[in-house]
Amino acid sequence: MRYVVRENREITNGIYRLRLEFDGIPTPGQFIMINCGGNTLLKRPFSICDHDADEIAIVYRIKGKGTYNLSKVKALDTLEVTGPHGHGFDMFDKFNNILIVGGGIGIPPLLFLSKKLKSKNLKIALGFKSDVFLVDEFKKYGDVVIATEDGNTGIKGYVIDVMKGEIKDIDMIYGCGPMQMLKAVKDMAEEYDVPCQISVEEHMGCGIGACMVCACKTKTDSGFQYKKVCKDGPVFWSREVVF
Amino acid sequence: MNLKINIGNLELKNPVLVASGTFGFGKEYSHYIDLDDLGGIMVKGLTLYPKEGNPPPRIYETPSGILNSVGLQNPGVDVFIKDELPFLNRFNTKVIANIAGETIEEFVSLAQKLNIDGVDALEINVSCPNVKEGGMSFGVDPNSVYAITKKVKQVSNKTVIVKLTPNVTDIKIYAKAAEDGGADAISLINTVTGMAIDINTRRPVFKNVFAGLSGPAIKPIALKNVYEAKRAVSIPVIGMGGISSAEDALEFMIAGATAVAVGTYNFISPTGSIDILEGIKKYMLRNSIFDVNQLINSINV
Repeated sequence: MRYVVRENREITNGIYRLRLEFDGIPTPGQFIMINCGGNTLLKRPFSICDHDADEIAIVYRIKGKGTYNLSKVKALDTLEVTGPHGHGFDMFDKFNNILIVGGGIGIPPLLFLSKKLKSKNLKIALGFKSDVFLVDEFKKYGDVVIATEDGNTGIKGYVIDVMKGEIKDIDMIYGCGPMQMLKAVKDMAEEYDVPCQISVEEHMGCGIGACMVCACKTKTDSGFQYKKVCKDGPVFWSREVVF
Repeated sequence: MNLKINIGNLELKNPVLVASGTFGFGKEYSHYIDLDDLGGIMVKGLTLYPKEGNPPPRIYETPSGILNSVGLQNPGVDVFIKDELPFLNRFNTKVIANIAGETIEEFVSLAQKLNIDGVDALEINVSCPNVKEGGMSFGVDPNSVYAITKKVKQVSNKTVIVKLTPNVTDIKIYAKAAEDGGADAISLINTVTGMAIDINTRRPVFKNVFAGLSGPAIKPIALKNVYEAKRAVSIPVIGMGGISSAEDALEFMIAGATAVAVGTYNFISPTGSIDILEGIKKYMLRNSIFDVNQLINSINV
């Protein structure tokens, strides 16, 4: 499907927010695949940061040529998009005290999740290298604590350091961010025995579960199994993921 | 307009197939296209036992191509027969089971297990570059290609297709080895071996160092191999390698392919295979070609 871009602007250094007309009904944690044009071949996966009636937003960082091309797209241009794809975050009525942990460009899908969970008691821990983004939006849905590696905003350090102070009385944890952060979140969730779901990232081919390239190593009774990030994930229970 | 073509005793409703490893077992794509419209489906490579495949990363984009190192992850032939084949058999298209053994005996066992209704043909995979045992090590030895083909033909009651690797000096020798072994057809090309390096770590991108290159980047190589192979054998050739448009598919047919398979392009456009079929029909109308067979090997050299 081709959809019309409504806005594409830099919100902080190298980080862009793109709003796109969209008629699918995504759930938090799901993603779309975008043909980024130019000389790219495969579509690129982007997690959904926000969804309104007929529109979705993604927030991305310029990383390679796909995201570079995307950053040049202008309002009223059209993009070829498939999705929403994948298994997103599971939300449970029985859990009220929720901890959300995000790092860097893993933060955007957690905004959509926070919006859906806004009636709950939300604690939101966000970690950045230096420049922060989306913080004001998160504040609409819960208490936000921030860590930056250079101490630019919030405490100086990693998000996992602030997470430690927030984990008491938590029923459920959701995380998305770099692999080292996810591993630390998983370890802490297990230490405090709190159920936890994490959204993992892997390079994708088809995005629909056919090509088997986006493998996530998961535990099974007899050993391990590679699951598909695009279809079984990108959200997994932290207990099943093998780092 | 006639689109029917024959691969050995097997009649396909049209010459557009989807290539093994790019289409899973069909389910995912059934949300995008009507599988009935395809000439056939070459399913993900099957092994005798479930196979977990290679550790990630498994994919890396290159100019006009992709390197992959999946390593034949699949649930094994028994699970395929029990859980995947019934779904495929709901559609009116041909099911071509791609089999990958680590030994000649495994190829024989796979062929025996697939002597069942609902499987129309076997594609012998002696050309996967991403597994240590079997795979391309067989495909670069003409004696192995001959021996495996012969053994599989002895036990199989299906149309037998041998999938060849382009990573050889002279494709004609391998095409002939398959034909001499009794193959009903050959399919080519599998991926071209390649590699990529992360300049920051100075490590190869893939744990196996080498990976398989596919996509538009390899189309000219594939076309040349199909053209040469066709001139070495009298059995049908199924052409594949980077086909991304009806024009690409037509080039392969004109070069000698009886049928074509769409591979990597399925990732880029899930409806790509059917778009290509529609494009072939339009070309035939435009050029007053009423039988697709008239196109096969129609090259003017």
